[in-house]
Amino acid sequence: MSAPVPLLQQPRVQRVFYPALVAVLLLGLWQGLVVLLEIPPFLVPSPVRVAQVMVSDAGLLFGALVNTLKITLFAFLCAVVLGVLIAFTFVQSRLIETALFPYAVLLQVTPIVAIAPLIIIWFKDPTLSLVMCATIVALFPVIANTTLGLRSVNPGLMSYFQLNHASRWQVLLRLRIPSALPYFFGGLRISSGLALIGAVVAEFVAGTGGTGTGLAYQILQAGYQLNIPRMFAALVLITVTGVLLFAVMAVLSKWALGGWHESEVTHD
Amino acid sequence: MNTAVGITAAAKTYPNGTRALEPVNLTVRQGEFVTLLGPSGCGKSTLLKMVAGLLAPSEGAIALWGAPVEQAERSGHRLSFVFQEATLMPWARVQTNVRLPLDLAGTPRAAADARVADALKLVGLEKFAGNLPRELSGGMQMRVSIARGLVTEPTLLLMDEPFGALDEITRNRLDSDLLELWQRKKLTVIFVTHSIYEAVYLSTRVVVMAARPGRVVDEVAIDEPYPRDAAFRVSTAFSGYAKRLQDSLLRASAATNNNADDTALA
Repeated sequence: MSAPVPLLQQPRVQRVFYPALVAVLLLGLWQGLVVLLEIPPFLVPSPVRVAQVMVSDAGLLFGALVNTLKITLFAFLCAVVLGVLIAFTFVQSRLIETALFPYAVLLQVTPIVAIAPLIIIWFKDPTLSLVMCATIVALFPVIANTTLGLRSVNPGLMSYFQLNHASRWQVLLRLRIPSALPYFFGGLRISSGLALIGAVVAEFVAGTGGTGTGLAYQILQAGYQLNIPRMFAALVLITVTGVLLFAVMAVLSKWALGGWHESEVTHD
Repeated sequence: MNTAVGITAAAKTYPNGTRALEPVNLTVRQGEFVTLLGPSGCGKSTLLKMVAGLLAPSEGAIALWGAPVEQAERSGHRLSFVFQEATLMPWARVQTNVRLPLDLAGTPRAAADARVADALKLVGLEKFAGNLPRELSGGMQMRVSIARGLVTEPTLLLMDEPFGALDEITRNRLDSDLLELWQRKKLTVIFVTHSIYEAVYLSTRVVVMAARPGRVVDEVAIDEPYPRDAAFRVSTAFSGYAKRLQDSLLRASAATNNNADDTALA
């Protein structure tokens, strides 16, 4: 029979409580400064004002969020499927990887802002071009991490499989893929955030999107109209979406690797 | 007694020109427990891997039950290899790890599971079938590795310093368990170690090897009855054999050093 641990000394509570405390303090400071110094809302809106706009413009903002989210998720899916396929091709032979890897790097180092106009001109459909841009941004981490993972097989286990006359297929299914999972999920975490960044950046470049505009377009429009509170509200939505995506990937990774991989084992 | 392993003038030179092993002649009879003893770099692991078919000899030949290594299992014999490390799949539970060789061979699940249960009982881990490797101690992981080696009911067990990374108390324990299994299952074992005491305790015969170049320098039969218990480890006979092996290792390494000096002078 041990005495119950005080709530604030439990690590779980601490993990939520202290960051939340910082957030409340910062928001309070922000609100206080804006009110005290009488800063006009078209320069810096107060948090309360941003929250009000979030409610009053909810239809507009959340509609835009849904559009951005669609592009992001579709691009992320494309990046995962393509990235995994490319990684499997790379590990088939060193020759293929040597021949093609520089071009994967090329994809990574070319700024998306520079190629987005081209893609938008070539593919008239705005949704398609936005998805393509975001996919290009999100692709590389999946390729690089999955390739590394598929190659990171314990040599001892590899010998053991050879000794038992395992087929190429058995080695892939029973050894390479499970060994690659931790790396793959590491790639997903990076890539999910990049897909969102790609979607937003591409929409900035695309500018007027006609129907089905996303959050980036709302930020642009709000900027032209000096509607700074709405701009902040859109920004908050993008940030929260990014954090949520990251959290979902973290949960997925924990669910898949929990228990066996060092990165996901909790030492309490 | 039938010949299990016949090694005829087998030698190994790696593609980069390193001479890992001078020609070796060695015959292991069915039911023997032969230990390859020597310092690192003497080619004992290389020799064992050639017997397993993991490496091909660059000269000479190796036969298992009279057939070339790659055809040996057609005669109904099976060999198992136990590595220095447990080399378990970290994502798979103990029973799945032990079942691996059966799964790879396409054994039906029900039959495989029954054999896995038997193998785990043999090494005393039946209660840990559902655990992950990381939840077990080093010694227990090694037991899982041995169970995986035994589950295919091998006739020849090849072990490459299997207990080298364990503490002495655990190692002694596993050594006695291994001897018991060897007797019960009528196995043929080739065991690689750098411990003189482990070699004397386990073997019917010790093959002494030396490094630079890797070669066989001596062979000592341990003519002591089984089962061997803890008392054997402190008997005069035991220390006699240990001394004999140590002298043999020292002579070989002295010869190597002289050779090195000669080359340096020349």
